[in-house]
Amino acid sequence: MSTVTTADHHDEHHDHKPTGIKRWLFTTNHKDIGSMYLIFALVMFFIGGAMAMVIRLELFQPGLQFVDPQFFNQMTTVHGLIMVFGAVMPAFTGLANWMIPMMIGAPDMALPRMNNWSFWILPFAFLILLMTLFMPGGGPDFGWTFYAPLSTTYSNDTTALFVFSVHIMGISSIMGAINVIVTIVNMRAPGMTWMKMPLFVWTWLITAFLLIMVMPVLAGVVTMVLTDKYFATSFFDAAGGGDPVLFQHIFWFFGHPEVYIMILPAFGIISAIVPTFARKKLFGYASMVYATASIAILSFLVWAHHMFTTGMPVFALLFFMYTTMLIAVPTGVKVFNWVATMWRGAMTFEVPMMFALAFIVLFTIGGLSGVMLAITPADFQYHDTYFVVAHFHYVLVSGAVFSIVAAVYYWLPKWTGHMYDERLGQMHFWCSLISVNLLFFPMHFVGLAGMPRRIPDYALQFADFNAIISVGGFLFGLSQLIFVWVLIKCARGGEKAEARAWEGAEGLEWEVPSPAPYHTFDTPPEVK
Amino acid sequence: MAKTRGWRWSLPALLLAGPAYASGSNLNMTPGVTDISQQVYDLHMTIFWICCAIGAVVFSAMFVSILLHRKSRGVKPATFHESTKVEIIWTAIPVLILIVMAIPATRVLIAMEDTSDSDVTVLITGSQWRWHYEYLDYDINYFSILATPRGQIEGRLPKGENYLLEVDRPLVIPTDKKVRFLMTSDDVIHSWWVPDFAIKKDTNPGFINEAWTQVNEPGIYRGQCAELCGMDHGFMPIVVIAKEPADFEIWAKAEEERIAEIRAEEQRLLALQMNLDEQMELGERVYLAHCAACHQPNGEGLPPMFPALKGNQVATQDRAEHIRVMVDGRPGTSMASFARQLSLRELTSVITYGRNAWGNDTGDVVQAAEVYEYMQGKGSN
Ligand code: HEC
Ligand code: HEM
Ligand SMILES: [Cu+2]
Ligand SMILES: [Cu+2]
Repeated sequence: MSTVTTADHHDEHHDHKPTGIKRWLFTTNHKDIGSMYLIFALVMFFIGGAMAMVIRLELFQPGLQFVDPQFFNQMTTVHGLIMVFGAVMPAFTGLANWMIPMMIGAPDMALPRMNNWSFWILPFAFLILLMTLFMPGGGPDFGWTFYAPLSTTYSNDTTALFVFSVHIMGISSIMGAINVIVTIVNMRAPGMTWMKMPLFVWTWLITAFLLIMVMPVLAGVVTMVLTDKYFATSFFDAAGGGDPVLFQHIFWFFGHPEVYIMILPAFGIISAIVPTFARKKLFGYASMVYATASIAILSFLVWAHHMFTTGMPVFALLFFMYTTMLIAVPTGVKVFNWVATMWRGAMTFEVPMMFALAFIVLFTIGGLSGVMLAITPADFQYHDTYFVVAHFHYVLVSGAVFSIVAAVYYWLPKWTGHMYDERLGQMHFWCSLISVNLLFFPMHFVGLAGMPRRIPDYALQFADFNAIISVGGFLFGLSQLIFVWVLIKCARGGEKAEARAWEGAEGLEWEVPSPAPYHTFDTPPEVK
Repeated sequence: MAKTRGWRWSLPALLLAGPAYASGSNLNMTPGVTDISQQVYDLHMTIFWICCAIGAVVFSAMFVSILLHRKSRGVKPATFHESTKVEIIWTAIPVLILIVMAIPATRVLIAMEDTSDSDVTVLITGSQWRWHYEYLDYDINYFSILATPRGQIEGRLPKGENYLLEVDRPLVIPTDKKVRFLMTSDDVIHSWWVPDFAIKKDTNPGFINEAWTQVNEPGIYRGQCAELCGMDHGFMPIVVIAKEPADFEIWAKAEEERIAEIRAEEQRLLALQMNLDEQMELGERVYLAHCAACHQPNGEGLPPMFPALKGNQVATQDRAEHIRVMVDGRPGTSMASFARQLSLRELTSVITYGRNAWGNDTGDVVQAAEVYEYMQGKGSN
């Protein structure tokens, strides 16, 4: 894609940084902040994962065995919130911090102090959220979608803290997004024209615009929940002239773009990894960019496909059905382009490539069930069942999370200067692949057979599949411990990584030494 | 009901879960018992097969590539990286496929949404965590709540065949007639879902939604609430019995009589004095069925969400307030009014029960007349 004419020679010489805790508290370095985001995301992934284990434990058998229904609802709610806002989004922001400056030849993010803030408020948001679980009345229990009036009139008193914590998460995301946009627009190295930018940069740029547009909507809707509950407004209360369905419209106007916020950067990652290991240029670069942009625009026109059963007029049902079906087209283009990139390449199958290939297959399965969900009459049967749970876990776990894991394996040599343990990595991959399907595939069946989501106990005909699903869940959880082991091992040592750690890798990040020095591209490279 | 059209699923099912599931009936969407549900099922299978076909094409291309185009086979990577022609083709073909899917989908959807010309209308009201059915053409209305004993849920008793899918009083509708449902809610949003009718519609507080069905076969059909509605969302099933129209009329007549009987009984009750033992016995039954979910069987509640009634100031002292809470509920909280949900006799007994159970030994024996007086006094029916 681009070659460098003047690599940066001096960065090794002034590689000094503060030490101890101060380095991390006060750092404005994009690499430090990126690492903190990634570690934070990993910790959140395990906390959210522990809650998933509680859920699967309770659902292992019919009957109530371990937790009461109220705590069960808190687990599903906080699991969802943590995975979305605490694991997937910060992980992508961490990758953006680490990689975007290095990919566009910039010395750092454009707004480094704001960068520090946008990270450091995040742990407090989640501390507040997690603390509510230990307060009288417990944490939020109305689902991560917090539909009114369950979250207003009928919620417990820690709702104010939930709102506060979502506000902080939103502020953090908006600051992160502004930083990404300003960096990409202003700090590209000479010669790094728009259509030379790596796709990870493109997809993140578009994601950042989505974030800036929808996070304020989320902030608005939680504030309305707050005032409805505590200050006697009636946005969502029919008795005062409001409408509970209004809540859902506002929430999903945020919510659907939000699901693309969680997948567009993944598209960028896969578009970096597949060409590297196929040793062949990405097929259809320009159409990838246009597809990403059209997905982003369309994502504002499909929100009510989450609300087909709320009793909308027929014309609205039809409109949202058609727009939702349409969004599958640019998504399809992406998948076809990846396959075309592999076609007649010379592939090798290191761990990042394995996760990327699994991503393509499993994300496509999730996309296809998405198309099924778009068909309104059929969605009446699918909606709010485990079929939907299967759908969004295919796109989020074997989609977004797999892409993040692939990215970590891919860039780990650049970050640590060491190659990870390939054998352990392959073991992590195969364990994850098998267990993730054991976990989520049968959910399609129980969903179609009629099992609603968000229930702590179920009818007997669902028992066998739920036992399989739970076993899959525990295995998937255990498999991720291998990942931690790989990470620790790689941080401590291992085979020395070269600057271009992968034979087929292209892009500015591979021009700097491994590990990447504390400061890179103090003088911008020239991109031809 | 016992149709096993799900056989087409048996291949993936076999791969996944072994021969035990070969019958496939609990793997796939039900074709249901109405024309609409059959159409929805057909639509579902059509899209399903189209999606399988797309998946098959994409994944085969990918696996062929993985097998053939690997470095270990000594191949040299090609250098092509775009082709406007190919890219237009694979944008256009999906569009065509989607149009093919959209046409039947639109047709079915429009048929589903046409609620005109109905023969029977039922108003369905969701509340935490029970359904209320009111027949607008008959003098019939009643609540329908989970009938599975707590012992089965907590594992003290063996689970029955229809575990969690059984209610005390099912909805009864006639077959071969267009039944229209109006749906609303008293508190949060619920969703009334019966897979065999392909109806899932949210019940929004303060608004009314519509749906309809025309059942072809008499039978018992089961469903569940499909929208998270709080703690016992998993425990508010729906059971519908479809009867031949003649049988339905017989049932409706009997039901009207039963309800009239209860009303007459209430009038008689006003003059009657019920003793403590009698009230405690009935009160306990009512309490376990209607109140224990929140206030817990031992009366200790789940503070601060649901207050304890044991030792509670209202339940041990303020008798007038106790009656008021039960009749009016506490607006803006999940403590609903029970005036409509319970008969006068039940209401009276549960109040007495609350004032004497779990060591709240007030010795108070509330009488129906006292409760009735309060209801009349505020002009409530
Ligand atoms: C959906 C949950 C729920 C159910 C079911 C329920 N209650 Fe309540 N109840 C509450 C809540 C919440 C309050 C507290 C309302 C408030 O904040 O004033 C309450 C308050 C009360 C009070 C007043 C206590 C006080 O300290 O003010 C009494 C008495 C009571 N309930 C009795 C009953 C009885 C008897 C039943 C069954 C017929 C019942 N409740 C069913 C949730 C419920
Ligand atoms: C081909 C593209 C896609 C289509 C057509 C599609 C369609 C849908 C539809 C119609 C629903 C609502 C189902 C229901 O509740 O009845 C849904 C739910 C969901 N989708 Fe997708 N989807 C697609 C891709 C994605 C992606 C990429 C993500 C995220 C990475 C995603 C995440 C979710 C989530 C989280 C939900 C559940 C939300 C909830 O109700 O809690 N989807 N999808
Ligand atoms: Cu959506
Ligand atoms: Cu519910």
